[in-house]
Amino acid sequence: MSRRFTPKVVTGNALIEGDAVWLTADDRWSTDIAEAELIEDEAEADLRLLFAQGQADRVVGAYLAEARRGRDGPEPVHFREAFRTRGPSNYAHGKQSELSANG
Amino acid sequence: MYTYSEFDDRFVRERVAQFRGQVARRLDGSLTEDEFKPLRLMNGLYLQLHAYMLRVAIPYGTLNPDQMRQLAWIAERWDKGYGHFTTRQNIQFNWPKLADVPDILDALADVEMHAIQTSGNTIRNVTADHFAGAAADEIADPRPVAELLRQWSTDHPEFQFLPRKFKIAITGSPNDRAVTRAHDIGLRMVTRDGEAGFEVIVGGGLGRTPMIGKVIREFLPRADLLPYVEAIVSVWNLLGRRDNKYKARIKITVHEHGIDEIRRLVEERFAEIRPGFAGVDQAVLAELEAAFAPPALRSAPQAAYDAAYRTDPLFRSWADTNLAPHKSPDHAIVTISLKAHGATPGDASADQMRVLADLAETYGHSELRISHEQNVILPHVHRADLPAVHAALKAAGLATANIGLASDIIACPGMDYCALATARSIPIAQEIATRIDALKIEHEVGHLKIKISGCINACGHHHVGHIGILGLDRAGVENYQITLGGDHTETAAVGERAGPGFPAEEIVPAIERIIFAYLDLRDRDDETFLDAYRRLGPAPFKAALYPAEKERADAA
Ligand code: SF4
Repeated sequence: MSRRFTPKVVTGNALIEGDAVWLTADDRWSTDIAEAELIEDEAEADLRLLFAQGQADRVVGAYLAEARRGRDGPEPVHFREAFRTRGPSNYAHGKQSELSANG
Repeated sequence: MYTYSEFDDRFVRERVAQFRGQVARRLDGSLTEDEFKPLRLMNGLYLQLHAYMLRVAIPYGTLNPDQMRQLAWIAERWDKGYGHFTTRQNIQFNWPKLADVPDILDALADVEMHAIQTSGNTIRNVTADHFAGAAADEIADPRPVAELLRQWSTDHPEFQFLPRKFKIAITGSPNDRAVTRAHDIGLRMVTRDGEAGFEVIVGGGLGRTPMIGKVIREFLPRADLLPYVEAIVSVWNLLGRRDNKYKARIKITVHEHGIDEIRRLVEERFAEIRPGFAGVDQAVLAELEAAFAPPALRSAPQAAYDAAYRTDPLFRSWADTNLAPHKSPDHAIVTISLKAHGATPGDASADQMRVLADLAETYGHSELRISHEQNVILPHVHRADLPAVHAALKAAGLATANIGLASDIIACPGMDYCALATARSIPIAQEIATRIDALKIEHEVGHLKIKISGCINACGHHHVGHIGILGLDRAGVENYQITLGGDHTETAAVGERAGPGFPAEEIVPAIERIIFAYLDLRDRDDETFLDAYRRLGPAPFKAALYPAEKERADAA
């Protein structure tokens, strides 16, 4: 019995900065998961992952992470992925500081 | 103070230059990540959840003020203004950019530091008693031997591709502050007929399969140390399971073959290679012993100490909690807590690092130590200087009087940084310490070790905590499992699982219930948590942890 495919995003870490990035539908890498392409088809997900793994000059360790459709775009499902969208909880470092600085 | 030989310096500089080339080739695309990853790991560079992380070795936990200042400078210049001291006596920088790492490594080399062999299947940074060279209960300073082991293992051709990583810990005192029983090899100095030697312990380790090390040799003369350790590593190098990384550590080899068989093989191998050690190692050791000669301690009246102790309650509390007996009775070993209530265990800001460096220079014979408990030590301070040291620490937010108490928590980076984590550990430590501070009970509770790991790899030593906490992922929710009765000292024990885990919002009240249960259960004020646990067994502590179950059982 095959499990039902759940929606995914392609994510990894930027080569130089090391921070979490997500693949967009127009083949960019965004530091904001809301800009990511939400992939709802399994075959398509595999193709997009292959594409990401070919971007070794920009991104390290690309993988498929579960995501769901949110109001502003894809949102993480697992708490680990949620932390990757924010940064650590002990200091306002990482993405959460960039977001508050920009917002 | 020991300083690098020219050979060391050249070796480290060459490695930095090589790595600079490798980073450049990675950035221009001529190296793939698969090719580059082992190279960066050899230089201590990990890729974590939010950024790269650089792990820098602090051999046997010893630093001088210039090194500490350089760490401060690196933290400000290339990181976010702080560093994290770990249970392996390393420092980790959590935010370096890949392109900057070669410059950071050069800056480290300027003060004779590096990040080599902080990763990979090699012999890792040799850890030691953080009171080495100072403790009243010490037989001899273990650091010359630790340095000898470091020189022997660094780039040792036979030991670069071991079945798995290999960790050695050493203490010069029979009272084990270096967790020697939870290392691949533990060396605990003991005496026999007036001669100092080592009890050799093998096959300890935490992680997925926690094991307390077994004694392979009750007494090893100091002169035999290197050949004996080499014999152990080479027996394991042959027998160790390379087929399964979870079975590759020497603890599994010892478990599978039995300590008696391992002992037989090691003694056999030792007899073979011993003649090859023609005394060069002993000549080197003699030089190292001279390099680690104790500082010239002064003798002076301690009236200033006595006056402060009488009149200043904050100072008194700090002195009672954070000082340890020094070999010289008019000196003290000062442990500086990096565990201010609510702060991240083991973190120091660049400014704090500079204060520590200045204090070491002014009052501490230019010596600093990092403990596996993530605190900083000034090993040699004259008692008359303690009030001044305390005042300076207070001004820098470093005067927390909690060493060995419930809020002096070991916590690994957990899922706030670590890519391997299954849950967070830092916020749990912060919340427990904050709660304990609010209750104002830790001085009454006394000696209590709480240790937290964010996954089964157990970098936070949870198995050997009196109270251990392990963060897990249970169906997509952070869940915390409690173990009780662990012990990291010479009477080492692995804690027992108390029962089902707790969600994050219930773990702090659960810890609070155990602590209050202990206060009710102890038969004297000075019966420690661990003693009470050993006397009573887990049942009354479990009853406090799981009151609902107790009610159900009572009703049935
Ligand atoms: S115990 Fe696990 S989560 Fe914590 S630092 Fe080690 S590997 Fe990371």
